[in-house]
Amino acid sequence: MGKIENLQVINGEGYQLSTLDKVVAAARKNSVWPLPFATSCCGIEYMATMGSNYDLARFGMERMSFSPRQADLLIVAGTISKKLAPILKQVYEQMAEPKWVLSVGACASSGGIFDTYSVLQGIDRVIPVDVYVPGCPPRPEQIIDGIMKIHEMVQHEPLRRRYSDEYKAILNKYDIEGNEE
Amino acid sequence: MKSKLENNAVLELLKAKFGERIKSSEEPFGLLTIEVTSESVHDVISWLKTEPSLAISFLTNLGAVHYPNDKGREIAMVYHLHSLTNNFRIRLKAYVSIENPEIGTITDIHAGANWMERETYDFYGVIFTGHPNLTRILNEDSMDYFPMRKEYHLEDATREDKDDRFFGR
Repeated sequence: MGKIENLQVINGEGYQLSTLDKVVAAARKNSVWPLPFATSCCGIEYMATMGSNYDLARFGMERMSFSPRQADLLIVAGTISKKLAPILKQVYEQMAEPKWVLSVGACASSGGIFDTYSVLQGIDRVIPVDVYVPGCPPRPEQIIDGIMKIHEMVQHEPLRRRYSDEYKAILNKYDIEGNEE
Repeated sequence: MKSKLENNAVLELLKAKFGERIKSSEEPFGLLTIEVTSESVHDVISWLKTEPSLAISFLTNLGAVHYPNDKGREIAMVYHLHSLTNNFRIRLKAYVSIENPEIGTITDIHAGANWMERETYDFYGVIFTGHPNLTRILNEDSMDYFPMRKEYHLEDATREDKDDRFFGR
């Protein structure tokens, strides 16, 4: 497991004090379970990122979740056609909160070179996206950089954010039902 | 490998059998191409398959072309056929109008035409009368136009990050 940074603790004899949200954030950050939604060449770069050379496992991410129920991070890598868009949205809806989305590559982020009637012009038209990674396809270093940005967001996310009105407004924009308290 | 059939011989056979229903013929790159009336496509393909001396029994491909300036014959249906035993290829063309793009199905002759005709319907809106399940096959079901017709732009009209002047729209 990676080093837990910036976790302020007060150590005493037989006890350790910190705040709950910092402990939860550190735990979440160091065990993000990604769900790869890979459709094309960006998916190959993503597989290289997963593999032993670039090694996502060192960030506590060795467990690829191929079920959306147990996934924290949806990694969309590749061209999404309009016919596939409702399926991507369904996968996103099936993920449990809290969840994050990483859009890998030009196609997932904007449609890329596929400016055509059959291709979705960016996945942010159907689901909210946290971090965009540019590139066609991006190198594994760039994907890791995007994942580091996600980690930063996970670490600094307030515990109550997913119940906030702002968050519900974002989901409503995409016609997705939010969490009930 | 050389074909066992000659273009001229096949054309003579076809003319003897169908007469006026064969409208014209040409041989671009040595490929015998005949234009038939849209009503007789089914009969010609059926006969080519069952005629023992030809045995043109394999449907390589079928598709459509849109010629928007060719009034009354805007949609061209193209059938590529192949005789495996004689190593002979032939191309059939038939034209239909854009107002009434109907042509008979050939799924009763070649079962493999089923999905090809669905694809042609999906992209060009050609109605194959008698097809068992003429629905969209590749595009999303909610699509309300036929995207390969020339009046529609290839690009996605909802994209915002491009300057329209440079992309022809």
